[in-house]
Amino acid sequence: MAWLNIIVQGALLGGLYALFAAGLSLMFGVMRLVNIAHGDLIVLSAYCALVIVQATGMHPLASLVLVVPLMFAFGYGLQRGLLNFTLSGGILPPLLVTFGLSVIIQNGLLEAFSADSRRLQAGALETASLRLGDQLAIGWLPAIVFIVAVAVIALLEQLLYRTALGRAFRAVSDDADTAQLSGVEIRHVFALATALALAVVSLAGVLLAIRTNFDPSIGPARLLYAFEAVIIGGLGSLWGTLAGGVLLGIAQSLGAALDPGWEILAGHIVFLLVLLLRPRGLFPKQAE
Amino acid sequence: MSLLEIRGLTAAYGDFQALYGIDLKVEEGETVAIIGANGAGKTTLLRAIAGLLRTPPDCIRFDGAPIGSLAPSRIVRRGIALVPEGRRLFPSLTVEENLRMGAQSGRGGPWTLSRLYGLFPALAARRRAAATALSGGEQQMAAIGRALMANPRLLLCDEISLGLAPRVIRDVYAALPGIRAEGTTVLIVEQDTSRALAEADRVYCLQEGRVTLEGAPAALTRERIRLAYFGL
Amino acid sequence: MLRTGAYRIDRSTRASRVALAVAAVIVAALLSLPLWGDSGDMRLAVEIFYYLALAQAWNLLAGYTGLVSVGQQAYVGLGGYGFFALTVLLGIAPLPAIALAGIAAAVIALPTAFVVFRLRGAYFAIGSWVVGEVFRLLLALVKPLGGGTGMSLPVAVVLSLAPSRAARDVVVYYLGLALGAGAVSLVFLWLRSRQGLALTAIRDSERAAASVGVDNRRTKLAVHIIAAGIAGLVGALAFLEKLRISPDAAFSVGDWTANVIFIVVIGGIGSIEGPILGTIVFFGLRALLVDYGAWYLITLGALAVAVMLLAPQGLWGLLARAFGWQFFPVQRRLRLLDLRQAPPKPSEAPIEAAHRED
Ligand SMILES: Nc1ncnc2c1ncn2[C@@H]1O[C@H](COP(=O)(O)OP(=O)(O)OP(=O)(O)O)[C@@H](O)[C@H]1O
Ligand SMILES: [Mg+2]
Repeated sequence: MAWLNIIVQGALLGGLYALFAAGLSLMFGVMRLVNIAHGDLIVLSAYCALVIVQATGMHPLASLVLVVPLMFAFGYGLQRGLLNFTLSGGILPPLLVTFGLSVIIQNGLLEAFSADSRRLQAGALETASLRLGDQLAIGWLPAIVFIVAVAVIALLEQLLYRTALGRAFRAVSDDADTAQLSGVEIRHVFALATALALAVVSLAGVLLAIRTNFDPSIGPARLLYAFEAVIIGGLGSLWGTLAGGVLLGIAQSLGAALDPGWEILAGHIVFLLVLLLRPRGLFPKQAE
Repeated sequence: MSLLEIRGLTAAYGDFQALYGIDLKVEEGETVAIIGANGAGKTTLLRAIAGLLRTPPDCIRFDGAPIGSLAPSRIVRRGIALVPEGRRLFPSLTVEENLRMGAQSGRGGPWTLSRLYGLFPALAARRRAAATALSGGEQQMAAIGRALMANPRLLLCDEISLGLAPRVIRDVYAALPGIRAEGTTVLIVEQDTSRALAEADRVYCLQEGRVTLEGAPAALTRERIRLAYFGL
Repeated sequence: MLRTGAYRIDRSTRASRVALAVAAVIVAALLSLPLWGDSGDMRLAVEIFYYLALAQAWNLLAGYTGLVSVGQQAYVGLGGYGFFALTVLLGIAPLPAIALAGIAAAVIALPTAFVVFRLRGAYFAIGSWVVGEVFRLLLALVKPLGGGTGMSLPVAVVLSLAPSRAARDVVVYYLGLALGAGAVSLVFLWLRSRQGLALTAIRDSERAAASVGVDNRRTKLAVHIIAAGIAGLVGALAFLEKLRISPDAAFSVGDWTANVIFIVVIGGIGSIEGPILGTIVFFGLRALLVDYGAWYLITLGALAVAVMLLAPQGLWGLLARAFGWQFFPVQRRLRLLDLRQAPPKPSEAPIEAAHRED
């Protein structure tokens, strides 16, 4: 029963990782851009929420009403103003520009907010839980995070396969030149992809900030978790990414139960094992 | 005023120059063919017109306005659609999604999904199939259909017979009269000279990035075409 | 295509011969630095040497073979910990321990390559970062080496290197100089060798290189291992100098990789001169912005972003283009001595195709 509890908690944590991963996956899927600053953007949205909460006294979850559109707009501007210019010259420019961006965001946050650890206070929600047995209790907050993750992934799937924008995303991903010939403004479509990715990122960032402490330096680790969830799940499949996140969460939670020093390590090791044994991930997309 | 007027067009891939001062005109309602050996620059010319290659702004005029510096998506909106060499369907989209992509430019006109399915009944039956599951001929029809969905005034076709069996080539070309009947001007690139001469009102021959011959098919002798084509 | 037999292949340029003379002066100045500089100068110089060595190694990785590693801290850390383990746990003398630590890092790079080489491009970047994290977390579990808090180098080991602090500074200084100069020379000689031609070919076009018979995978593996070895040596020397090691310091992505990436990008990727210039700019900026805390890194990051977007060949690329400079003659220039033949048809590739300008 104690083990069951550990696995359930890990799986719920995996929902958060899947949320981290969805944005990364979207940007890579549409424009083959791996955003090294992804984790720092998660942290940036957490601070964004912090500022709003402190200024208005809103509940952190209510601050999403502002944070999500802000990050959406920021993503659009970031892509059009900066990242679009990195996409024509091989792999180095996007990697190194987002790497530079990562360092800029981290140090900018450090300068603005110091290295102190922060947290968004969500009141009763933080501790409320549903007791399912002697040793098994599900916190409302982790459960909500997980449900949000599933909902976001379901919505993204709908968007990709049921809307004109999603069709354009897939077409651009297949063949950007030919998509342009069909009348797609790829710079605009790329910017929408990043905007959408950052909207998801901002959701993830706020939920993260309610669940745990954060400080300006924790971004890169979130990037790594997101990346691992994507690779474990298999490229190009959002549901696979959810599974990858869950597996990563369970691995970390089992590792932590063994010894706190093994928490993160266990996740990394599962990732490396998947890479060795199933390099295309556990649930690769059928095509290709 | 010609529908399309190209003057002194140059184009390059990096430091490799592929077109050296092309002059070419297409009148509204005409069908013009471009012939030339492999590597002559035919595809490059069509890609330059469609906006995929950087060109000097004033070299290409469409309906009187310079379009040389416009992005491809703007050029489609003006009414030029390209059926690219090798078809280039979107592999992860279904046939119908591929066709719908063509309508992305938002130009109205005679071509709708249902009219296209009338033109290419083979596609109607396979509308839900993945684009990659089509036969070569069907893929070519889908690529033409996708371009038509933009309701172009000028349709550019790059080697729509490439890699197809003669019977299938006949089927594909059988669609041209119906397209012309809607008033669409057509510029085709074709390696098969006799096919080009049969379809076109006028023919241009390219060789190593230059126009070496121009004229109505009736006015051209085989000897002149051979000379223009191979340079010997 | 070139039917003429009249040509000559040159390597040196006028600038490169001037540079050789300048380099001789610089080397003489550096060799004599312990005579005229104080221990602060020497420490700074040693730090510059580390970064020069790391930058050359990273440039080889990212600039030539497209292996954009964000995980070089793995090998710096392994070198540092290797040095501590060899001296403290096995009682090996410091000097051989430094060499062995470098070798150990290179050896460990072989199995890690097996894993990370499954990832390409940007994914390789993040995968190599994960590997760095794995080693950091693993070393934090090793209690005999101090676990998560790390450990100090025992006095006995320090004294066995040199009897006094001043003497130690001089030894470390020359080791650093050897490492920095050695790394530059190694890269230079490698690029001039036949394999260097392969490297340059891969830099210019991986597909084309493979099609003319370059074994990309082997070349990449070789570069990966050499770069790890250099990083290992840097780690051993750096933590010998610091006298203290901890997982966070040894496997710091900021110290050992981010700074290095900025140096190479700003200086100029894909040349030997770029990382040298980048190192100078990096330390210059640091001296200027020393009082501004995080603003220093923000400036560095912004500069790197600007360079990547506006001048992807870096500051060195700008200088080289403006003045035609090339100090390290690794290219082979084909000089046609007889151009009376028919001028090339415009459709033929330009003659300088054999020689890449940028
Ligand atoms: N992407 C490219 N990069 C560099 N050179 C190219 C590129 N595409 C074409 N070329 C070169 O440009 C010249 C013209 O090519 P183009 O494709 O326009 O010829 P084409 O007449 O369409 O030939 P084909 O009949 O084989 O389709 C050729 O020499 C070709 O090698
Ligand atoms: Mg062609």
